Amino acid sequence: MKIPSFRHPMDKTVKWIMVAVTGATALLFVLMVLLLAQRSQLVLSETRVGDLFLSSTWDPERGQYGFLPAVIGTFVVTAVSMLIAIPVSLLSAIYISEYAPPKIKTMVQSFVDVLAGTPSVVYGLCALLVIVPVVRDFVGPLFGVKTTGMCILTASIVLAIMVFPIIISITVEAMTALPLGLREQFLSLGATKWQLIEIVLMRAAGPGIISGVILGFGRALGETMAVAMVIGSKNVITLSLLSPGQTLPSLIVGSFGEMMSVPLQQSALLFISLVLFIIIIIFNILTGYIKNYLKKRWRFE
Amino acid sequence: MNKYAKESLFKVLMIVSVLIIAASLLLILGICIVKGGYVILKDPKLIVTAPGPKYLLGGEGGLLHAILGSIYMVIPSTIIATFLAYLIARFLQVDYIRQKWSDRIRVLFDVLWGVPSIIFGIFVLNVLIRIGGRGCLLAAIITLALLQLPIIVRYMDEALSAVPNGIRESMYSLGATRLETSHVIAKYALPGITAGVLLGMGRAIGDAASVVFTAGASNALPTGLLKSASSLPLLIFMQASSYYPSVRDHAYAASFMLIAIILLLNICSRASAKRFRRFTNGGKNL
Repeated sequence: MKIPSFRHPMDKTVKWIMVAVTGATALLFVLMVLLLAQRSQLVLSETRVGDLFLSSTWDPERGQYGFLPAVIGTFVVTAVSMLIAIPVSLLSAIYISEYAPPKIKTMVQSFVDVLAGTPSVVYGLCALLVIVPVVRDFVGPLFGVKTTGMCILTASIVLAIMVFPIIISITVEAMTALPLGLREQFLSLGATKWQLIEIVLMRAAGPGIISGVILGFGRALGETMAVAMVIGSKNVITLSLLSPGQTLPSLIVGSFGEMMSVPLQQSALLFISLVLFIIIIIFNILTGYIKNYLKKRWRFE
Repeated sequence: MNKYAKESLFKVLMIVSVLIIAASLLLILGICIVKGGYVILKDPKLIVTAPGPKYLLGGEGGLLHAILGSIYMVIPSTIIATFLAYLIARFLQVDYIRQKWSDRIRVLFDVLWGVPSIIFGIFVLNVLIRIGGRGCLLAAIITLALLQLPIIVRYMDEALSAVPNGIRESMYSLGATRLETSHVIAKYALPGITAGVLLGMGRAIGDAASVVFTAGASNALPTGLLKSASSLPLLIFMQASSYYPSVRDHAYAASFMLIAIILLLNICSRASAKRFRRFTNGGKNL
């Protein structure tokens, strides 16, 4: 006689629970996009999309919502911060992985771990205390500009510091994973260590390095709190790095007080977050493709 | 320029950039520990007093509401996210689903990981508006759980995939079901799983952007799931540029506590990795 057992029904049940949870999460993702799209209908029906992106007047009282300053601000801040972050963090990652003695290596890596886990508001707070006065009292007068210190440059510096640990940890990981033979062969030809790094290692570790840079870029693009604390939040287009500006995420946070009351503004802000969301999605998918392409292109075996 | 000059030039550049990074790190840690520690040492009662009526106007009171709020938000959300993430990560393994499909789902979670936390906040706020609710502790817990889920799934998935196939196969050959095999696999992957959970927790505890809309951000002690709450990062965000020095000081005290928590989580992660390694076949691979 067969003894009844609950083992197999149990296994089946748990499997279906797993299917349900995974499916629900995937569905939630779609729901997020749909809900944001549906709620931004209102502003889209009032204003044309072109006007939203190309107008620079942000005047909620007259129902005008121009994103152009925030869009430009976002790209300027991200670009400047990456210009600072990429050389500094790549050079130090190379130093950590290739030159530093093992003792310093473990020490620096635990430091980088802490830096990566530090909340963004803490960066903002420290920037308010240190970078803002420095920019106000030294950098501003140096260029003969009067500035409050709350400006695009400050925000870019903070973002660069936030991006350091991301790029460093991924680059170090990618370079440490390279086989020893690769180094030995090239060094035996009489190359210097820097030639080895420049010609061989940077390419062999290229896919890893680039995905680290792109990950840092994505973080800088979506970072909200630290930027909102130091950028000065002014909806104007400026050419100077030393004047206050605005980014898309800081615009959302900055206007959230009034957000509840005016439906049109609420809708406009939701449209911004939808745009941000879609940019991030495209970005992430592109990263995957670029990484795969480079892996094939810079194959070293 | 010959190759040796180039070598030394880049060496100097590298050392300079390492110094820049070390300096910025030490500066951040220094500010939080010295300035925040000083505020706390000067008035240790700060941590256990509730805020007074005119708290934001330089009135008396402490930051107990933010500390309690952080605890009430982060611990339940981590538990929820860990539970769900385990189910998802286990499902993504080869014994449940084909590689092609699991790869697609992984891409989805990678994208979700990159989404700025403010978008999760906006999403939950929207749902709240739809059902006519207000920002409350429960909404903040849900938002933080959503925020942590992709991070924990990714780490758990990596840890579970790294379990040697021999273990799986020997379990199946004994006639074990997939569920029973899961227990063994999970134990083997425990170091990676705890690291992922602690990482997700660290992200959740420091995130202000997702809860700024959903928690309600009041200056009262959190009393119920449907009451508004505050948290340490929110307190820093709201009070960092306050006009009153005493209110600003509380932001430094909060940053000290946040940094202390992050350091503690880091230490826990290392310690647990060491401790749980004994489950993995004495540290040897099969």
